[in-house]
Amino acid sequence: MPHMFDVVVIGGGHAGCEAAAASARTGARTALLTHRFATIGEMSCNPAIGGLGKGHLVREIDALDGLMGRVTDAAGIQFRMLNRSKGPAVRGPRAQADRKLYRHAMQAAMTAQVNLSVIEGAAHGFLLLNGRVTGVALEDGREIAGRSVVLTTGTFLNGLIHIGDRKIPAGRVGEPPTRGLSGQLMSLGLAMGRLKTGTPARLDGKTIHWQMLEEQRGDDTPEPFSFLTHSISTPQISCHITHTTAETHRIIADNIGRSPLYSGQIEGVGPRYCPSIEDKIHRFADKSSHQVFLEPEGLDDDTVYPNGISTSLPEDVQDAFIRTLPGLAEVRILRPGYAIEYDHVDPRELDHALAVKRIPGLFLAGQINGTTGYEEAAAQGLVAGLNAARAAAGLDSILFDRADGYLGVMIDDLVTRGVSEPYRMFTSRAEYRLSLRADNADERLTPKGLAAGLVGQERQSAFEARLNAISRGRALMSSLSLSSSAALKAGLKVNQDGQVRTAFQLLAMPEVTTERLGMIWPSLRELPPMVCAAIEADALYAGYADRQSREIARFRADDQEQIPLNLDYFALPGLSMELRQKLSKVRPVTLGQATRVDGMTPAALTCLLSAIAKLTERKAG
Amino acid sequence: MRVSGPDATAVFDLFGVARPTPRLASVRRLKTPDGRVLDEALVLWLPGPGTATGEDMAELHLHGSPAIVGRALELLQASPSFALAERGEFSRRAFHNNRLDLLQVEGLADVMEAESEGQRRLAMRQFLGDASALYETWRSDMVRALSLVEAAIDFSEEDDVAERAGQEAIVVIDRLCEAFGRALDQSEKAAQVRRGLRVVLAGPPNAGKSSLVNWLAGRDAAIVSPLAGTTRDVVEAPVVLAGVPLLISDTAGLRNGTEDDIEREGMRRTLKAVGDADVLVWLEAVDDAGEMAPPRAPALRVRSKIDLVHGVSGHTFGDGVWPVSVKTGAGLQAFKDALEELIRERNHVGEDAVVVRLRHRLAVASALDSLRCARGAATQGLEFMAEDMRKAVASLSGVTGRIDVEDLLGEIFSSFCIGK
Repeated sequence: MPHMFDVVVIGGGHAGCEAAAASARTGARTALLTHRFATIGEMSCNPAIGGLGKGHLVREIDALDGLMGRVTDAAGIQFRMLNRSKGPAVRGPRAQADRKLYRHAMQAAMTAQVNLSVIEGAAHGFLLLNGRVTGVALEDGREIAGRSVVLTTGTFLNGLIHIGDRKIPAGRVGEPPTRGLSGQLMSLGLAMGRLKTGTPARLDGKTIHWQMLEEQRGDDTPEPFSFLTHSISTPQISCHITHTTAETHRIIADNIGRSPLYSGQIEGVGPRYCPSIEDKIHRFADKSSHQVFLEPEGLDDDTVYPNGISTSLPEDVQDAFIRTLPGLAEVRILRPGYAIEYDHVDPRELDHALAVKRIPGLFLAGQINGTTGYEEAAAQGLVAGLNAARAAAGLDSILFDRADGYLGVMIDDLVTRGVSEPYRMFTSRAEYRLSLRADNADERLTPKGLAAGLVGQERQSAFEARLNAISRGRALMSSLSLSSSAALKAGLKVNQDGQVRTAFQLLAMPEVTTERLGMIWPSLRELPPMVCAAIEADALYAGYADRQSREIARFRADDQEQIPLNLDYFALPGLSMELRQKLSKVRPVTLGQATRVDGMTPAALTCLLSAIAKLTERKAG
Repeated sequence: MRVSGPDATAVFDLFGVARPTPRLASVRRLKTPDGRVLDEALVLWLPGPGTATGEDMAELHLHGSPAIVGRALELLQASPSFALAERGEFSRRAFHNNRLDLLQVEGLADVMEAESEGQRRLAMRQFLGDASALYETWRSDMVRALSLVEAAIDFSEEDDVAERAGQEAIVVIDRLCEAFGRALDQSEKAAQVRRGLRVVLAGPPNAGKSSLVNWLAGRDAAIVSPLAGTTRDVVEAPVVLAGVPLLISDTAGLRNGTEDDIEREGMRRTLKAVGDADVLVWLEAVDDAGEMAPPRAPALRVRSKIDLVHGVSGHTFGDGVWPVSVKTGAGLQAFKDALEELIRERNHVGEDAVVVRLRHRLAVASALDSLRCARGAATQGLEFMAEDMRKAVASLSGVTGRIDVEDLLGEIFSSFCIGK
C-alpha cells in the first residue's frame, strides 16, 4: 500500500475538518479524504455559525484549540450575541459568515496544519481485517491504509434530493451521493435510519427591494468566538426582515399536495424545530404571517439566503410564493430550495469516544450520527478525531461528560438515548447550564485539552495569562468591601443588615456591574473587559454554584462505577423485557449512564447494582 | 428506623440520648426537643465501615405506632442533617462502598418492581385520596410552566415566542403554588383522619352490619336496633387488627326501590364508601340472602344471624362465605381470622404507609418551596427561574412521574411555531 496513516478521515465538512485537525494536533499522521479540496469548509445550508446552545459548542471547540471559532472570526460579517439581555449562562454568540471567506479560512487552516494530508477522491468503502478497520478503499481503486478511520458523511450517505416530485440522488446540489458505505455499514449489522432536512431557495440580492424592508444590524462591538481573537476586522453588514403574507399562505395551502412531504414521497424524519414553510403553514394554520430573514451570503456575493422558508415544493410554486413576500416581488431565484433525505447510523451503536462498538477502529461524527447543524458536527468531529488518534496510538480514550460541557451532553444524549429526529443542541438539554457557560468554556476544557496534547503553545500561553488575570481580578474583588450603610450611601440598594459585603458579593446583585463598582473603587476600572465578564458571571451564579457542584459530584460518583461489558441483561431477574432490550442496545458503560437510559426505574437500578456487584466479585475471586 | 452517613451519630443528639456503646443494643428514652418522651426504644450505634452501607449507621427500633414513627420522621426531616432516603439509596451507598449484601438485595429489586405501581396508588390515596386526575393536572402544569421558561431562553429569537412566554409561565407557577399549598393543607387533615386501610361493611338493610362492626371495634361505635334502616350514614370506627390500624366503616343498607330521600342519600354515601374500600365485606342475613347483588366483588362474604336457622356449619355456604352470629358468637373468630389474614396480605408493602405518605408530603412541600424561589427569581432572570423549576420537577418526579427535556421540547414544538 502506498500510504500508511494513523488516522484517515472521510469527508471534508465541518465534522471532517475538526476531526482531521484534532487528530493531527495530537501528532497522529492524518489524511483527510474529500471529493474536492475546493469544497472544504462549504456551508451547505444557512451561512451562519453559533446561536443558543450552538454558540456554546463553538466556544468549547475553540477551548480545545479547534478551528470553527477562529475560522468564523475570520469570515464573520455580522456578529450578534443572542439573549444579550439575559444572563451570561444563556447567552449565545452567533455570526453570519461570508461563505467564500469561511471556505478559504478553513482551507488555509487545513493546509497549515502539520501532520495532515488532504487527498482528493471518493470513498467506496473501508478495508477490514479480522473485523478491524484497516483503511479506506476509493472508487478509483486506490487504497489508503489507516489504523483508525473517521467517517463523516453528512447528507451524502444515500442522499436523495426532493424538489416537488423530482428526485435527484445527490449529497448536495451538483455533487453525487455516497452509495457503497451505507450498504457496507448495514452489512456489518449496524442499525441505520433515514432522516430528512431541507434548505430554502437562494435569491439574487440585486433584484430585492431592500429599501422597503426592516433592517437588522449586528452588535456594535462584535464579540469574537475564539478566546484567541482580539477583535473582528472583517467589514460588517446588515440583514433584512420580510414576512409571509395571506397570498403566500394561500399559494402554499393550494399546492400542499405537491410537496413531497405531504404526498408521502419522503420517508425520512425531519426536525420539528426547523420545519419547512409548508409545514409551518399547515401545522400553525392560525398564524397569519411568519418572519423571513434575508441573509447575504457574502461581501462580494449577491446571493441571499432567505432564512425561514425552507421548502421542497415544485419550482413553479416556489417562484410564485416567494414573489408574494414584501420586497421580493421581482426577485430572481438563483436555485430552488429542496428537501434531502440521507442515511444515518443509530448513535447507540457508538461509545462515548464516538467509536463504533462492534467495529474496532471505526469512528463516526456529524450527521451520520443523527445530528443536524455545523456546530454539532464540528464538536463531534473533534472528539472523534482525538480518540481515533489515541486509538491508533494504543492510548485510552479521552471522554467528555455532561458536567464538562455541551459536547459531553450531546454525546451522552446520542449514545444513551438515540435519536428520533435530527438532534440539535439547546441550552435546555444541559442540566448544569449555570456552570457550562460560553464565557468559561476555556476554564472548563482547555486544561483537559492540554493534557490530551490537543492544545498548542499559543493557546496555552493565552489561556494561562487569562486565568492569571481572572484570579488576580477575583482576589481584588474579594479584598474590597463595604458595610451595608456605606453601600447605600454609594447608591447600591442593599439590605441594611449591618453586614460587610465584598465587591464580589455585591456583583451578585443583578443591576450591579464592575463598571458600577468602579465608581466606588477606581482600581476596578483597570480590569480588562473579558476578565470583568468572567468574574461577573461567577458572582452572579455563586448562589447556585454550590448546589450545582454537589449535583455534579453525585453525578460523577455514579459515572465512575463501571458496568462490566459482559453483563447479560436478558439474564437479569426483575427487569422488564423492554428495558432489557434497551440496555442491551445501549450497553451503558457506567452506572450513571444506565440511570439515563429511557425507562429506567429505581427498582431496575437496584437489580443492576446487585448484578454488577456479583460480576465484579467473581472477577476479584 | 435506619440512619446512614457520616453524621449518623447526630440522631442521638436529636432525640436527647447518649450514644450507646458500638454494636450493643441499648434501651433509651427518646425525647422530642420540647423534652417530652417520644418512645422508649432499643437503639444501636454501628460505626462504619463494617456496616450494611459501609458508612456510620444508627438504628432506632421504635414501637410501630404510626404516631410515633411519623413524629420521629418529622423531627428528622426538620433537621438539616437528615433527609429521607430515596428508594434504593441504601443499596446504592452500599454498592459505592463495596458493601452490597447480595442475599439482601437480590429479592429487593423484585419486590420494588412488583409493588411500585400498587405502592404509587396507595401512596397517592394516602396523601390526598383518589386524585390521579389532580396529579395529571399538576404534571401538565409543570411541563407547561417549565417549557414556557425554556422556550423563552432557547427560542427568544423566534417572533412566536417573544417575552410573553415568561409572563405566561408566572401565571402557571402561581396556579401550581396555590394547588400545592391547598394539597398540603388537605393532606395534613387527611392524615389525622385516615390511618391505614379502609374496611367497609355493606349489605342489605338489617343484615347486622352495625352489630358486627361493634363487635370488631370492641365497643359500641354504631347504634344497633332490630329495625331495618337504623344506620342512615357511614359510621367510621378506628380499629387495630393484625397490628394494622384500620378504619372500619358501617354503612346504610342497600336495597332497590326506595322513595325516602334520606335513605337514598344514605345509600349514595354507602356506594361511595364501597367504591373507596380497600377491603369490602358483604353482609347478608341468612334469611335474606341473594336479594341484593354487591355493587363490586367483595373480598369477604358473611352470612349473619345464623342463630335463626339450624344446622349451619363453617362450610354450609361454600368457600369464601363466613357464617356468623353476633348473638351466639358462632363463627365470629373464624371470620376475624380470615379478615386479619386478608389485611396482613393487603398491608404488605415494602415501605410503611407512614413513610409513603411522608415522602409524598415532602415531595410536594419541597416542590412548593422551589416554585416560590422560581417565582422570586423572575426578576433575576429566566435561567434562575428555570433552575428552581427544574428542582421542583425533580422533587415531584415520584408523584407526577419523570419529566425530562423531551417532554418540554414536545410541548414547545407543539405550542410554538419554531424554526426560522
